Amino acid sequence: MNIVVCIKRVPETADADVSIGKSGKDIDKSGLAFDLNEWDSYAIEEAILLKEKLGGTVTVLSIGGEDSNESLRKCLAMGADDAIRLTDPAFEGSDGFVTAKILAEAIRKIPYDLILTGTQAEDDGYGQVGVVLAALLGIPHAALVNRLGVQDKNVKVHRELEGGVEEVFELDLPAVLTIQTGINEPRYVSIMGIRKVAKKEIKTLGTSDLNLKVEEVGLTGSDIQLEKIFLPPVGEGAEMLEGKPEEIASKVFDILKEKGGLA
Amino acid sequence: MKEIIVLAEHRRGELRDVTWEILSKGRQLSESMGAEIGVALLGKGVSKIAEVLKPKAHRVFLIEDDRLEFYNSETYEKVLTQLITERKPPLTLIGHTAMGMDFAPSLAAHLKMPLATDCIGIDAAGEAFSLTRQLYGGKVNAKVSFLKKGPYMVTVRSGAFPVIEKEALLGELVKLPSPLTDEGLAKRFLQYVEAAVGEVDITQADILVSIGRGIKEAENIPMVREFADAIGGTLACSRPVVDKKWLPKDRQVGTSGKTVKPKVYIAIGISGAFQHIAGMKGAGTVIAINKDPKAPIFSAATYGIVADLFKIVPVLKDKVKGLKKIRVTS
Ligand SMILES: Cc1cc2nc3c(=O)[nH]c(=O)nc-3n(C[C@H](O)[C@H](O)[C@H](O)COP(=O)(O)OP(=O)(O)OC[C@H]3O[C@@H](n4cnc5c(N)ncnc54)[C@H](O)[C@@H]3O)c2cc1C
Ligand SMILES: Nc1ncnc2c1ncn2[C@@H]1O[C@H](COP(=O)(O)O)[C@@H](O)[C@H]1O
Repeated sequence: MNIVVCIKRVPETADADVSIGKSGKDIDKSGLAFDLNEWDSYAIEEAILLKEKLGGTVTVLSIGGEDSNESLRKCLAMGADDAIRLTDPAFEGSDGFVTAKILAEAIRKIPYDLILTGTQAEDDGYGQVGVVLAALLGIPHAALVNRLGVQDKNVKVHRELEGGVEEVFELDLPAVLTIQTGINEPRYVSIMGIRKVAKKEIKTLGTSDLNLKVEEVGLTGSDIQLEKIFLPPVGEGAEMLEGKPEEIASKVFDILKEKGGLA
Repeated sequence: MKEIIVLAEHRRGELRDVTWEILSKGRQLSESMGAEIGVALLGKGVSKIAEVLKPKAHRVFLIEDDRLEFYNSETYEKVLTQLITERKPPLTLIGHTAMGMDFAPSLAAHLKMPLATDCIGIDAAGEAFSLTRQLYGGKVNAKVSFLKKGPYMVTVRSGAFPVIEKEALLGELVKLPSPLTDEGLAKRFLQYVEAAVGEVDITQADILVSIGRGIKEAENIPMVREFADAIGGTLACSRPVVDKKWLPKDRQVGTSGKTVKPKVYIAIGISGAFQHIAGMKGAGTVIAINKDPKAPIFSAATYGIVADLFKIVPVLKDKVKGLKKIRVTS
């Protein structure tokens, strides 16, 4: 079983004080911590669990600058066999469609039975790349997979729907699955573990290695473009309760009495 | 005349709410574009649904086939490829739902149509569209435009557009032949699996105290549980808390969990991703506690408290316990 996992390194913004960068087209990323995209951490764990059960190899791919090596190494430390970084200045500005195109060209060069991606990236939130990748490779796919089992030449998957209902499908292999959080418990990687793979080679491939033309990638190849970003109105409608913790607590108590029928 | 096409999403005999939302938005867009609106309905034995859709569009494209009884990206793509190739709509609208996320990106790729996913704003200016999306879990909004020529496809976030009632249209029912054959599929539907039923039903609670990833560790949950007990509330949570197996799935609020409508919803350490908000926006009063003043949850809250939950929750608990005691003894 040869499994390919596509992963992305993203800034951690949930806890951060986010501000708009100078270009007006992205946030100011200086001072932000980065990590493996949450959905991808479940995808790589699922691949390693399958490998442990069925044998074979796990190859991780990421499009990104040298910083992305950090996330690729994390995957190696978790148990992936190979890591490839797809990088080229021409990739700058690629949308979800072009991202999938670059990944597809890289994957054509390696043997695969199963391809896993995250359901969505925390930063752009397209929820698009995995499914487009399947279309470009001409193989079946299922999105939002929260359970899977490989049987010989096919894979049985549960797709998570609204309200916690699931839809079960069987797909012929090779196939692309986009993985939903909660499917497993991603293993912890120790600093020692990372250190062990610190010297492992991470191959890099660019436009010319991938049979892609410069005009097919980056902004020129993209379908959509980001014009500008802005902070959504915050606190709209919310009355802020301020003061010392005790004062806030009294206000909350009054609200509960009034609105919640607190006895 | 040009015609926008909207996909009707239904499951197990019922239209999904997102259908009304995108029909409403589609109608407004079609009017501003001087176009008409059509709705595509795929299924088996769905003529009743077609009737309900008629007043909302100029045309209801009905494609019925036994093979369309259950949604499958493969059959949906085949049918919609035929429809879109024939009718050439300048814009196709699909919900950014578990269904839409599963087939819209591949359909657009096969048709070589530019696609913008998960949009919360769509404005038409002639043949061009200006779209609004969110980045970084809803912390930032972005204006997005198409770089290539249409026709275009847009997937729309559930709940992003209100359903605005307008005078009824005299939708014409257009039955189209199904392009599906008995040729085997590479993806086969097997069955539905129902959501697990748990011991508590959070949809029945008057007060919900809901925790998110901000709780940091499972060991911190009892502190919040005590507060919930003190006010007669029930404990609920956001998705990461369930993903980490700290609380069972039946406590999860949101699109892939439960939709709740308590009198009071207290969100503690929850950022307010749209999938979460969708599950609790029907609450009477929302109190949000978050250390980040820019957390999107504050836009969905009635009252906001910018504070470290580990500092404020114990005080809240003590205060409630104390005040209750005073009221009982006095
Ligand atoms: C198809 C799909 C379906 C989904 N369905 C659901 C769903 O049903 N329900 C759901 O909830 N999510 C759902 N999600 C996930 C959703 O996108 C978010 O990832 C999730 O809601 C984030 O949960 P959170 O707010 O708890 O965590 P985070 O986004 O990580 O936010 C944590 C918050 O805690 C705050 N915080 C941290 N420490 C403290 C402290 N000491 N004091 C106070 N505040 C603190 C931070 O400022 C931050 O705002 C779904 C996603 C997808 C793709
Ligand atoms: N730059 C990238 N490199 C590798 N994989 C990516 C990249 N961007 C997106 N992906 C994959 O596609 C998934 C969905 O991303 P998106 O469609 O952007 O929300 C992610 O979870 C990754 O698995």
